[in-house]
Amino acid sequence: MAENTENTANPQNTANTANQGRTDDRTDGVRPSRRALIGWGGAGLALGAAAAGGAAAALASTGGDSGAAGSAVDFHGAHQAGIATAVQDRLHFAAFDVRTDDRAAFVRLLKEWTAAARRMTAGLPVGDGAHGGLAEAPPDDTGEALGLHASRLTLTIGFGPSLFEEFGLRDRRPAALVDLPRFPGDNLDASRTGGDLCVQACADDPQVAVHAIRNLARIGFGTVAVRWSQLGFGKTSSTTPDAQTPRNLMGFKDGTRNIAGTETGRLEKFVWVGEGDGPGWMTGGSYLVARRIRMNIETWDRASLQEQEDVFGRDKGEGAAVGKAKEHDPPFLKAMKPDAHVRLAHPDSNHGITILRRGYSFTDGTDGLGRLDAGLFFLAYQRDIREGFVPLQRALAAKDALNEYIQHVGSAVFAVPPGVRDADDWWGRTLFTKET
Amino acid sequence: MRAVRASFVTAAATAAALTAVTGCTEKSKADGDGVIQVTAADTKCETSTTSVPAGQVTLKIANTGSRATEVEILFPDDRIVSEKENIGPGTKYTLTAEVKAGSYEIACRPGMKGLGVRQKLTVTGGGKVAARDPELDKAVAAYREYAQEQADATIPAVETFANAVTAGDLEAAKNAFAPSRVGWERTEPIAESFGDIDPKTDTRADGLEKGQKWTGWHALEKALWQDKKIGAEQKTLATDLVTDLKDWQRRVGKAEITPTSMANGAKELLDEVATGKVTGEEDRYSHTDLSDFRANVEGAQKAYELLKPVAAKNDAALTAELDKQFAALDALLDTYRSDSPADKAQNGYRSYDKVTKEQRKGLSDAVNALAEPLSKLAAAVVK
Repeated sequence: MAENTENTANPQNTANTANQGRTDDRTDGVRPSRRALIGWGGAGLALGAAAAGGAAAALASTGGDSGAAGSAVDFHGAHQAGIATAVQDRLHFAAFDVRTDDRAAFVRLLKEWTAAARRMTAGLPVGDGAHGGLAEAPPDDTGEALGLHASRLTLTIGFGPSLFEEFGLRDRRPAALVDLPRFPGDNLDASRTGGDLCVQACADDPQVAVHAIRNLARIGFGTVAVRWSQLGFGKTSSTTPDAQTPRNLMGFKDGTRNIAGTETGRLEKFVWVGEGDGPGWMTGGSYLVARRIRMNIETWDRASLQEQEDVFGRDKGEGAAVGKAKEHDPPFLKAMKPDAHVRLAHPDSNHGITILRRGYSFTDGTDGLGRLDAGLFFLAYQRDIREGFVPLQRALAAKDALNEYIQHVGSAVFAVPPGVRDADDWWGRTLFTKET
Repeated sequence: MRAVRASFVTAAATAAALTAVTGCTEKSKADGDGVIQVTAADTKCETSTTSVPAGQVTLKIANTGSRATEVEILFPDDRIVSEKENIGPGTKYTLTAEVKAGSYEIACRPGMKGLGVRQKLTVTGGGKVAARDPELDKAVAAYREYAQEQADATIPAVETFANAVTAGDLEAAKNAFAPSRVGWERTEPIAESFGDIDPKTDTRADGLEKGQKWTGWHALEKALWQDKKIGAEQKTLATDLVTDLKDWQRRVGKAEITPTSMANGAKELLDEVATGKVTGEEDRYSHTDLSDFRANVEGAQKAYELLKPVAAKNDAALTAELDKQFAALDALLDTYRSDSPADKAQNGYRSYDKVTKEQRKGLSDAVNALAEPLSKLAAAVVK
């Protein structure tokens, strides 16, 4: 069960008023109900049909996830933006491999990336911009985001386990950054798995998100190389509980009670790495699990409505749990089939385990057999992977009725360091400098 | 092969304009303004004056040597303003050219080989050509010389290939294919600048325009590796390939090359690798892509090395990075060397169909790592 404490706006959610001259409407200090929330934090479930939570309705007045269109999210803060930040509409996620053994060169890249990220999240072009410079040189910025708003772009960096094999970092690897075990049913494609580091770009405009990754990749050539990347749309979970919960590509509502960006207590308890949790450099950070979950769309669409609803444990129209009337009504787990997705994923079935999800739907065309290459790009943040994703996925992989219709085909884990404090700070400073 | 690039494309047109009045033999014109007596011998090249006014310049050439010679008027970067080849021993020739004010050289090339014997020529008057850093002129001249060497060296190599084809010797033809392409691949942006040669020699099946007959290396590549046969048509193609490449060899000296186009040409060579070689599209029948790959990189490195003294002064960090990335790519390519008998036709490299997807990714990453800083070389040169 999660304790909900006094809610104050997270520092990172303070809008950057310098850029657009407008304030993000998530900072209004809305307080959800202070009564104990039902501890189901939209946790864990790979596809996350969500059970109802008591505070959701109270939070619905925050106005949804879309925020002020075009506004900028502050890049600086105690935590990186892009985790508790209200989920944007679009994703471009990229995993990189290191291509240098020169530690100084890698640190230089992290500083260059930070500078570029600081500008792009403020709605500004990289470096000297996309035009007006030397005619003989390619412009610093690629230019496709010119004239577009910041679109609430957030850029979030993470470091994979393999990075700690480089640069003499072996003794700095956090114990909580575990290599995931092989789960039953996994069919992982090496070319969509792993990575020394990652950048998650979320924005309300796909062009803004793609522009950001493209420019970071370009700056990184020679030092890092893109290993794989994933585009996402149609957020499948929300960190500002909406009246209308987003649906996944199976047509089911998702993320009804994910952890909200304003729920300081649950964020501290389940998402942010606390002092003493492990190496000091991770304090204020989080751990990210990314899974590319392919859906067998065509066979799912041929499943009867009854089967579909049984698989999830909720109805398709309203999204209410079995035997309940409304999507936000607290679920009665025992009314569901033993292998129902919601039942297995629910915190009450998992000793209260809760993670913060930011997953997106993806569709990468068709697969050569005419089948839609589509599914969920699952992103989950947690304080410790060993206590978050691993036990949840173990439970799901073993029994979940949904497994007939999904397959995990890509996988990666990352240590997401704390936020960039100010204009002199940079991504990964706490890892690469000994002062912490 | 790719579409003609703007950076080189002005070549032929500019040269043509400058040489519009050349080649008129024994044009009767009294000695005086703009007339230079040139005495070309086996080891010397004497000129009657080192300074003439801008406009029509006439060379009255006498070959007093024992071998046929070639006389040229050259820009400071060794681009040819005008030339006459094959002036026999004991014969005379009058060469006329329209020349703007600036610094030039007259070159006599006994035996029509090498750099020849040089004399300075100053052309005075208005309409002066903008002066350029002599160091850059030196770089361009050296690159032009390199391009000429590559073209010269290609001819015997392509003749070996063509002879094997005309002899109907499939194995010998396969083994001679990749080596015949090296000089071309090293200097491809220059070859492509002429517009008409590349489509005849280096077009792939998917690059054909409607109605265009498929000729050149890749048509033969398909015949040798896929169809595994040499017929009358292939023999004609081989002969034509030699003819077309001799045309290229003759014209290399007239290509418009600037420090910027050299730098961009180096980058374009890496682009060739990134789009055609890394994917295995270029040599899809023979899988000799790594041989071409290496030649592209060598050509880029040559252009870079020549520009480096100037670039290093303007942007030392950039040249340090380029040195590092060229070395890294070289080292990576070395790991693909092969002396296996099975790879005999690969010019010393592994057959590209034996290079795994993961290895191709590694090669692609190394090319990106080099090409990105290389795209900044032109700016460092003109700074």
